Amino acid sequence: MANAKQKAEAHHDHHGHGEEHFRQKHLMLDPLPRGRMNEMVMESMLEKPTWKFWVVAGFLSFIVVYFLFYKWGVLIANGQGEAGVMRPDYWGIFLVNTVFWIGISHAGTFISAILRVFRAEFRRPFTRAAELMTTFGLVQAGFSIFMHLGRVWLAYWLMPYPNQRMLWPNLHSPLTWDLLAITTYLLSSTMYLFLPLIPDMAMARDRSTGWRKTFYKTLALGFRGTEGEWAHLRNAMNIFAFAIIPVMFSVHTIVSWDFAAAMRPGWHSTIFGPYFIVGALHSGMGAAVLVLAVIRGTMKHMDYFIRAEHFDAIGKLMLIISMAWAYFFFNDYMVQWYGGDMWTKIMLHYHEYGPLNWMWFGMLFCNVVLPWAILWNPKWRSTPWLVGFVGIAINIGMWFERYIIVPISVTINRMPFTWRQYEPGIEVPMGIGTVALFILLYMIASKLIPLIPVWEVQEGQMAHELKKFGRETVVSVSELE
Amino acid sequence: MTTSSELNMPEIAMAEKEAGKWGMVIDQDICTGCQACVAACAMENNIAFVGEEDSGYGRAMHWIRIERFWEGEYPEVKMTNQQPMMCQQCGSAPCEPVCPAFATVHSMAESLNLQVYNRCVGTRYCANNCPYQVRAFNWRDYKRPEPLPNQLNPDVTVRRVGVMEKCTFCIQRIFKAQDQAKAEGREVMDGEFTTACAQACPASAIVFGRVDDPQSLVSQLKERSGGKTHLKELGTLPNVTYFNGG
Repeated sequence: MANAKQKAEAHHDHHGHGEEHFRQKHLMLDPLPRGRMNEMVMESMLEKPTWKFWVVAGFLSFIVVYFLFYKWGVLIANGQGEAGVMRPDYWGIFLVNTVFWIGISHAGTFISAILRVFRAEFRRPFTRAAELMTTFGLVQAGFSIFMHLGRVWLAYWLMPYPNQRMLWPNLHSPLTWDLLAITTYLLSSTMYLFLPLIPDMAMARDRSTGWRKTFYKTLALGFRGTEGEWAHLRNAMNIFAFAIIPVMFSVHTIVSWDFAAAMRPGWHSTIFGPYFIVGALHSGMGAAVLVLAVIRGTMKHMDYFIRAEHFDAIGKLMLIISMAWAYFFFNDYMVQWYGGDMWTKIMLHYHEYGPLNWMWFGMLFCNVVLPWAILWNPKWRSTPWLVGFVGIAINIGMWFERYIIVPISVTINRMPFTWRQYEPGIEVPMGIGTVALFILLYMIASKLIPLIPVWEVQEGQMAHELKKFGRETVVSVSELE
Repeated sequence: MTTSSELNMPEIAMAEKEAGKWGMVIDQDICTGCQACVAACAMENNIAFVGEEDSGYGRAMHWIRIERFWEGEYPEVKMTNQQPMMCQQCGSAPCEPVCPAFATVHSMAESLNLQVYNRCVGTRYCANNCPYQVRAFNWRDYKRPEPLPNQLNPDVTVRRVGVMEKCTFCIQRIFKAQDQAKAEGREVMDGEFTTACAQACPASAIVFGRVDDPQSLVSQLKERSGGKTHLKELGTLPNVTYFNGG
């Protein structure tokens, strides 16, 4: 009986596409009046925080103050000896976290720039949420890399600033390229976050009072929504969307060169550039879907904007990226193993049979097995909590991957006398501190800026139309530009 | 195996030709592993006293270490020769290009790898990229227990926390000898001075001197058959030659 009902439903899915069905499923086909939508976004932002919000925010603030800032003070006062780094593991979890956070930051640009350039319509409601991840993720990456420095108070020496002794940074060093690339990425992604925010700021300015009014007025830069202003904004965003894609690719390639350009077994791999980019997208998409699931679950009206179709679409992307990651991992592993270099062989052996081999298998399980097992099914990948769970798993797996590349791989070098296992110290609480700061920044942002780019959703809804051809309802999208 | 100069790579051929003003020869067959060189180096170069705990965790700070290996499975274990290991003063050093702050630079005049302590910001990239793993990092501001502060060498900088350091081939002794020779209007003579490790070695397993002078003891020892440099395949052009089992 139940079977027959299911069959009937499936039949309905294939043929009798009613208008109602489309509207329920797709945000773009379910338009609301402009005023109502603006109101909903304002309400979701201005909603009085519940006691739960304050408890979580208070807890996170405590972690940030104690684990991030206080512990950092301890680290600066006592030196890197507080961390677990030693010979031969001169690089530890701080570097793992740097790569991890830069990876997270890649999803924002990927979602909003690449999907914008390719006009993937499902991106519209969550471009901002993703772009915020980019900026906040880069903040954590910056913190992590500065924690790593032995003398962080001299970090400005890495910048090319004019000085009387004519001392400049060394442009041969991958770390210098890294610094330049990450700075470029931070600046351009912040601008890219800000540009589409201007119309929403203007919208919020017109609907608020008090200090908020001043805040939005300042950030809206006097935007009134004239034809000329929109034209300028569209131009600027178009330029940025195209220009930021090579920046995004270069950033993680250069991060990978920190390792690939070094002279170590296991690091000296020519495929590290694309491998790292795909890895970054893998963890970034996982984090993006997690953020979306949380926003949808906790904020008012978000179930209107973020729907099952979005999880379905991101789920598909995650599946493809997971496959691409598996391909690059296999390629990297295969060629290194086949090369037959003694040290590389010992290192690969250490990955699989060493004391931390559970991490190696955990990485493969979280990055490949779990996403493939869950995301192939349209029903499962349309379930927010399940996709969010896969997102967490992927992030754990990708963190493992970076941990394997940094402290586990550097344990094995060409001087067997120095081999030694790394035991993390103060890095762990400080790493947790960066996670807390990321979530805290997100929570603050959710109360200060509209997380949904209302105008982009409206624009999309205006372009989409349902047309009837005989008994069949058909979706038509008009050209916007 | 073809050498890099046979492969006709101009940069490497040039580096190989120019490499080495100062060099060292280590005879592992007569090294007893007594660690006198390690102690002498620490005294000469104001190396910090790390203490038991950090030392046990792989943070022992020495510019020279005696590596011990064994062959076979227990109980049929056979000790191999001891292997003193210090900065190989590479002609083409992997530590040099990776420093973002130019704290690891090459001395063209002395053909040595320099570490500029007061320029170091502590990225530790150089140590990561050193295939010989001979760089030591100041993980903390280590206290020197009494009476060690009274024997600090005034010719050598005392390093602070967050700074990388490594063997300098006792560059303070090189400069002292060169200044003396210059004042007397002559060249530095072979054997006029030596590094702290070579001076302390009771077996004379370490010999230091000018490798660009074919008459010097170190050059003559180096020319014997059976000498090898470590990790030659990486093309780092080290200036320390080892003799083992010859």
